[in-house]
Amino acid sequence: MSIFRLLAGLMFVWSLALGSPVVTAQVQDDAAQALLQRLVEASNAEKADVLKKISESGDERARGWLEAFANGKLASVKSTGATVIVVNNVGRNWQITSALNGEDLGEVSRRELKTVRVNNTLRSEVDGILSVIDLTVPNPEIRLAAARNLLGEVDSVLAGQIEQRLPEENSPAVRDMLSIALAIFQLEQGDIDAVEVLSGSLNSQARAALNNASNSDDPALAAAAGKALDSIEQKLKMNRVAETLYFGLSLGSVLVLAAIGLAITFGVMGVINMAHGELIMLGAYTTWGMQQLFPGQPGLALILSIPAGFLVAALAGIAIERSVIQYLKGRPLETLLATFGISLILQQLVRTLVSPLNRSVVTPEWMSGSIMVNEALSLTLNRLYVIGFALVVFAGLMLIMRKTRLGLEVRAVTQNRTMARSMGIKATKVDILTFALGSGVAGLAGVALSQITNVGPNLGQNYIIDSFMVVVFGGVGNLWGTLVAGLTLGTINQVLEPWVGAVLAKIMVLVMIILFIQKRPKGLFPQKGRAAEG
Amino acid sequence: MSIKKHVKLGLSALALSVSFHAMAAEDPIKVGVLHSLSGTMAISETALKDTMLMLIEKQNEAGGVLGRKLEPVVVDPASNWPLFAEKARELLEKEKVDVIFGNWTSVSRKSVLPVVEELNGLLFYPVQYEGEESSENVFYTGAAPNQQAIPAVDYLMNDIGVERWVLAGTDYVYPRTTNKILETYLKDKGVAASDIMVNYTPFGHSDWQSIVSDIKKFGSAGKKTAVVSTINGDANVPFYRELGNQGISASDIPVVAFSVGEQELAGIDTGPLVGHLAAWNYFMSVDNDDNYEFIDAWVDYKGDEKAVTNDPMEAHYIGFNMYVEALKKAGTTDVEAVKDAIIGVSVPNLTGGYATMMPNHHITKPVLIGEIQDNGQFSVVWETPSTVAGDAWSDFLPGSKDLISDWRAPMSCGNFNVVTGKCGGSADAATN
Repeated sequence: MSIFRLLAGLMFVWSLALGSPVVTAQVQDDAAQALLQRLVEASNAEKADVLKKISESGDERARGWLEAFANGKLASVKSTGATVIVVNNVGRNWQITSALNGEDLGEVSRRELKTVRVNNTLRSEVDGILSVIDLTVPNPEIRLAAARNLLGEVDSVLAGQIEQRLPEENSPAVRDMLSIALAIFQLEQGDIDAVEVLSGSLNSQARAALNNASNSDDPALAAAAGKALDSIEQKLKMNRVAETLYFGLSLGSVLVLAAIGLAITFGVMGVINMAHGELIMLGAYTTWGMQQLFPGQPGLALILSIPAGFLVAALAGIAIERSVIQYLKGRPLETLLATFGISLILQQLVRTLVSPLNRSVVTPEWMSGSIMVNEALSLTLNRLYVIGFALVVFAGLMLIMRKTRLGLEVRAVTQNRTMARSMGIKATKVDILTFALGSGVAGLAGVALSQITNVGPNLGQNYIIDSFMVVVFGGVGNLWGTLVAGLTLGTINQVLEPWVGAVLAKIMVLVMIILFIQKRPKGLFPQKGRAAEG
Repeated sequence: MSIKKHVKLGLSALALSVSFHAMAAEDPIKVGVLHSLSGTMAISETALKDTMLMLIEKQNEAGGVLGRKLEPVVVDPASNWPLFAEKARELLEKEKVDVIFGNWTSVSRKSVLPVVEELNGLLFYPVQYEGEESSENVFYTGAAPNQQAIPAVDYLMNDIGVERWVLAGTDYVYPRTTNKILETYLKDKGVAASDIMVNYTPFGHSDWQSIVSDIKKFGSAGKKTAVVSTINGDANVPFYRELGNQGISASDIPVVAFSVGEQELAGIDTGPLVGHLAAWNYFMSVDNDDNYEFIDAWVDYKGDEKAVTNDPMEAHYIGFNMYVEALKKAGTTDVEAVKDAIIGVSVPNLTGGYATMMPNHHITKPVLIGEIQDNGQFSVVWETPSTVAGDAWSDFLPGSKDLISDWRAPMSCGNFNVVTGKCGGSADAATN
């Protein structure tokens, strides 16, 4: 204690010697430390008040503190009581810097730190405070985001500020958003004119406010709000149709990706490969492996995983073909059992060698979030990329099968093996290459799936049945059939899901396929001509 | 009786006891570990197997119990429910284990239950479950619904002001029973049926687009909405990711989950999850010295600086210590004696309190609500002022509200109906 007092005394003398600027800095630091100390000690209910005080203190470090607090990174050291910002909070030792001067304090044990507790209410409080500050920054996109944040959060003080801000705002989008934010507040106060402003908006907060108003005691207000809601509902209907179509397309493209490799190994070659799902899994694990090789660059790693995933899965495919499948040619039941065994071996291999736990594959910045078409309709970016990727893979495969020598040979061998061999085609080589191609495409599917689902040992199992379903439904041996079948099944599934629930939707799709196969055993696009006799 | 004879008798008694003692010292106490090491559930259960091995190792370093060492017998039921029953039989009949620690899913426990009862074994079950069960041979060290689901709903209702509820779960017994209990509870609290949306999805569901879009629609009615999620295991990850992608943040529509713990978060990018909630009886982030020591021991044992601890691991820690205490109290490994001795045993938990074994074979636990943070840990935002005793039979299901369980003599009944005054009331009405 006395040492501290001595130190404080020395500091004081020192600051006197250096003159007034340091004194003000010191005074400011003391005030800041006192405020931060209060934040550390305050109960959750009192914290909101302290947060406001911090934002009003005019301290230029306030923003950093508020952000650290909202992220749960503000802490105090138990032994000294100093407030610190946690830079890295992974593991048992955390890296900290001083909250006051940003000085690097190195790593301390987590036991030594008491994190300042934050919850959702406080986090949105901070968001609100920061948004108000952000309303005046030069970048219109930040202003728009800030204005959007304020929807539903406006109180009477803030309403005044927004009214002042409105005439100065030069971006129409921000102005619209601010008027909506203001109108929501006015509507809550029972102002019937606000209905006018909100009536065209598809924003969910605006709709929520109108919804509340339509239940109000004031009959005129309730009627006006109800009318506005009806007109919004009309607009929303179109959006919902578009949304369902998008969902269907995106689920469909996942199905197409998972199935298209199988369309080659099963459809074209006639090999029932139950380990197809595990080849997908290998592709996904390759993505994870690449991200481990390039830490901090998930985007680059993801792009590099496209060729790498293809190669890994293709090599695994060759190994499977050479070691098992070639000996079981023409014996589908045995192939089925043997490849099922391989799938179990591969799963357990990953469990033992990597981990039974799922691996974390990071989504790169440019793939997360969504593109907003309008307030009610936004398209999620990762799905958009997967749709595009599926189409590219499909087009690539079509090209290979139609325009290259390999494609020609594959078609020749599958149509009439003996004839093709007598024409000088090395059937065994074609078998290997075809199987490698199909497996490699499964690996590509894995790379894409790593962005939308869990990367774990069971990844493949979840897709194997769907893949067979798509290939059989589309017509064995027909790539176009796989594309159409995948997209159709995806869309049907997404149309049914909101009505009957996910479980029943899946069952209904399955029953539908069974009935369809009864009518047309060869699927949507049966092969015609001699190849069909097989 | 002559003195000589006396001495002779005494000597032989001594010899007998010495030889008995020597035999006992050689004979270890066998602890069966029944957790899946392969298959779907390996993701969750391997950590529990390792926890048991670590606890046994520590206990042996401290000299074992009753002068005897503990010996783990590990079997792998491979996430295959019927195989669980076979392996339990193998443990009890062939290996002659004194106790079993194991199971994760309710269906595997239901599969093991008849075997353990038939062969009069002891089973410690460490995972939160749907309740509606009380067996003489099973000790439930995980949470019953009143130790997890109900307090979480209370928190959302009272502290967050939630008025509209989405009950989303995976389609099997635990979510269905829990949601049935919650629905009745919410309706009792005056929530209208139109303000509750129930949704079930298959295991491992990965396409959440339309469900999340539905939730968004449901949440835009102007009342504060929350999702109570009994979605199982890794299906949660794409669910949260979809929430993030569709722009739903934790402050708009918070999700409180009962199956998402540190272990599940270790496999994912937690960015989009920050602020969503989970209700457990233990979090790795709890600021407590016992907890820090447990974490240190675990990290050392695994040799992995990033190894995480979670709630079912704490349940095994408590269950194991309770078993050790009961052995000391009973002075024997005899099943009947241990069953009687363990009721009332109190051991420290890892959150700074005590866990007591209740007569209904459930334990007392604090309930903690935590918010997910970007480092995959939870920050506690709320906790019950004291511990809550597990209730085997929910008060919010028509078939079970009159039932109580008390395994002490003279009642010794798992489903005593207080209305009819008979043992063996409508036990299964609720779970079916």
